Amino acid sequence: MSATFVGMPAFPTAARGALADTQLRHNLAHATSTIRAKRAAVVGEVEEWEELRLAGAAVKEAALRDLDTHLVRLEESLTARGATVHWARDAAEANEIVARVARDHGADEVVKVKSMATQEIGLNEALAEHGIAAWETDLAELIVQLGDDLPSHILVPAIHRNRAEVREIFLRAMGDVGRPAPADLTDEPAVLAGAAREHLREKFLRAKVAVSGANFAVAETGTLVVVESEGNGRMCLTLPEVLVSVVGIEKVVPTFADLDPLLRLLPRSSTGERMNPYTSTWTGVTPGDGPQEVHVVLLDNGRTRALADDVGRQALRCIRCSACLNACPVYERTGGHAYGSVYPGPIGAILNPLMKGTGRPGIEGEQTDSLPYASSLCGACFEVCPVRIDIPEVLVHLRSKVVDGHRGDTVPKAEAVAMKAAAWSFGDSRRLGWVEKASGVAGRVLTRFGRTTLPGGRSAAGRIAGPGASAWTGARDLPAPPAESFRAWWRRTDGGRGEEGSS
Amino acid sequence: MTSARDEILGRVRSALAGVDRTAPEASAPRIAPVPDLVGHFADRVEHYRAVVERCTPADLEATVAAALARHLPDGSGRVVVPAGLSFEVPGAVVDGADGPGLSALELDAVDAVVTEAAVGVAETGTIVLDHGPGQGRRAITLVPDRHVCVVRAEQVVPDVPDALERLDAARPMTWISGPSATSDIELDRVEGVHGPRTLHVVVVDHA
Repeated sequence: MSATFVGMPAFPTAARGALADTQLRHNLAHATSTIRAKRAAVVGEVEEWEELRLAGAAVKEAALRDLDTHLVRLEESLTARGATVHWARDAAEANEIVARVARDHGADEVVKVKSMATQEIGLNEALAEHGIAAWETDLAELIVQLGDDLPSHILVPAIHRNRAEVREIFLRAMGDVGRPAPADLTDEPAVLAGAAREHLREKFLRAKVAVSGANFAVAETGTLVVVESEGNGRMCLTLPEVLVSVVGIEKVVPTFADLDPLLRLLPRSSTGERMNPYTSTWTGVTPGDGPQEVHVVLLDNGRTRALADDVGRQALRCIRCSACLNACPVYERTGGHAYGSVYPGPIGAILNPLMKGTGRPGIEGEQTDSLPYASSLCGACFEVCPVRIDIPEVLVHLRSKVVDGHRGDTVPKAEAVAMKAAAWSFGDSRRLGWVEKASGVAGRVLTRFGRTTLPGGRSAAGRIAGPGASAWTGARDLPAPPAESFRAWWRRTDGGRGEEGSS
Repeated sequence: MTSARDEILGRVRSALAGVDRTAPEASAPRIAPVPDLVGHFADRVEHYRAVVERCTPADLEATVAAALARHLPDGSGRVVVPAGLSFEVPGAVVDGADGPGLSALELDAVDAVVTEAAVGVAETGTIVLDHGPGQGRRAITLVPDRHVCVVRAEQVVPDVPDALERLDAARPMTWISGPSATSDIELDRVEGVHGPRTLHVVVVDHA
C-alpha cells in the first residue's frame, strides 16, 4: 500500500477538496444518517442509558488512574497463561516485534483482524519492508487495501465508497493478490460480501500467523477481547498457529466483571445493534484450541503523553465506537481523510494532538495543531459518547495549548497579531474611541456597497483580502459594523433618555 | 539502557503523579425483570434473522434432525459434532474422536455443525459458547457454513452482567448474536460473510 497520511496538509486545506467532492458528500450523508438513526433506536430502548454511560466511564477512569498497577497485573496474568508479553515505546518498536515473530516462523504473510492500533503504527507498510504481506480481512479494510486508499472512518473505513465503486475495486484488484472476483460480480452488497468470503477463505485456511488488536484487556485474568461482525476476527484468532495482538496500554480494564457496561455500550453506540454478531475472548494459550503461541504487544506511542494531560486524559477512555464521527456536522461534510490520521472526527481532533503533542514545528506539527479547530463546538459528540468524553472541553483546552505553543514564534500568526491589536485598542478608552470611529465609517461604506446581506437584512462583507483576514472571511460573512458605537449613542442620547419615543 | 517496559511504566507513573488514584464509583444498572425470559430470548435471537425453534426435552433429537434436513435437503451433507454432546446426531462425525480433530481444510468440507452452548443472554439475543464439552474447539463452530445450536431454558439469563457472572474468564469464549454479518457497504446490513451464514437455534424448554 503506497497511500499514506504522512505529509497531509492542515485540516482547512484538506477539507476544501473534500467539500468540493459531491460523490463523497452524497456517500457520507447517506451513511452517517443511516447509522445515526440505528443508534438512536437501540439507545432509546435502554431506559438506564445515562447510568450505563456513567458506569462505562467509571470503569475506564478506574483503569487509567491506576494504570501502572493494572498493566503490571495484566502482564502477570498473561504470562501465567502462557502468553509472551512485549512492551513497545513507539511505532517502530512495535512493528519490529511483530516482524520478528513472523520471521521466526518463516512467514511471508500474516492475516489481520481490523485494528486501529496496527493502523496507527503503520504495521502493514513496516511488514512489507520485511517482505511480509499483511492481508486485511475486514470487508471495509479489504476495500481500502485493494483500492490503495486510506481509511476514513474508525468503524467503516470505506464509508466514503459506494457499492458501484466497491464492485469496480474488487474486479480490478482481487486477482492481483489472490482469488479474483467472479466476472459476473454485481454491485449488490450481499454479492460483494460473497466475493470477499471466497477471496479471503484460502488466506484464512493457510495462514500461519495472525495479527490482531484488542478492544479490551482484562488485568485480573489476562483475557483479551475482540468485538466484530463478520467472523474474519474469529478466523484470525482461531485458525493460525501464532497470534500477535498489538494492544494500546489504555485498553486495560481492571476486572472481568468490568466488561459488562462496556459490552453493552459499545455495540449500541457503534453499529447500532443490541449486540455485535461475534465477540471473541481468549486468555493466553488454550491447549488444543486455537493458536498455541500467543504474543501481546503493549503499546505506548504517545498514550502516556495524553495521560499526563489533566484535561485530555479522559480521551484515553475512548472505546473506538465512532458514534462521535457519525454525530459530527463537520465530519459528515468533510469525511475522514481531511483529518489526516487513522483517528478522524471529533475523537481524532483531540487524540492526535494529545498523543503527538501540540506546537511542533513543520508541516506535520501544523497539521496536528489545526485539528482542535476542526469543530463548531456544538457538543453533539459529547452527547453520544458512551464513556462520556467531554470532547468540546478538550478541544478548547487544546486550542489554548496550540496558542501557547506558538507564543515564541519568530513570525507570529495573523490571529496573534489581530489579538495584540485588539488588546492595544481595548486597553485605553481614547484608543477605543478612534477604532470605533473608523469602524463606523467602514460600516457605512459596507452598508452602501456590500454585496452580501445577512438574514434580517444587515449588510455583510464577503471575502476580505489580506493575510489573516482572507483566511477568516473565506468561510464566514463579516457583519457590517454599525454606523454608531454604543458609547457614542449613549453620549448623544444621554443613555437613551434623550431619544425620541423614550419614556 | 532502560527496557521499554520500565520506561513505559515510568512514564505512566510520572503522568499520574499527584493524580487521585481512586475513580468515582458507578455500578452498572440492571434491567427490569422480564416476565417470559425464554420467550424474550427467542424473540431477540430471531431479530438477527437466525432461525429459532422451541421444543421439549423429549423432542430434542427429532428437532435437531429436522433442522439439519431443512438446511441440507438432499441428505448427503456432512455434519460434525463435538465430543461430549448430550444427545445423538445420527451420521455425524465426532471431532477429535480419533486423534487431534479435523484440520481447517477438512472442516471447510463439512456442511454443518451441531453444538450446545454455555449461556443465553435474553436482552441481547446472544448465545455464549465457552467451548467446553458439547461445544467443542472454536474452529468447529466457525468454518462450517451452518450452525445448529441447542440452548436450554435454564441456561438463559436476563442480561450481559448475569452472563459474565456465570462464565469462567479462563476459558476461550465466543459470543454469537445472529449469523455473521457486515454493514461495511453503505451501512446496508448483509447476513453472511465469514462465519456460519445460517444460525439455527433450538431452545429446549423446561422439562
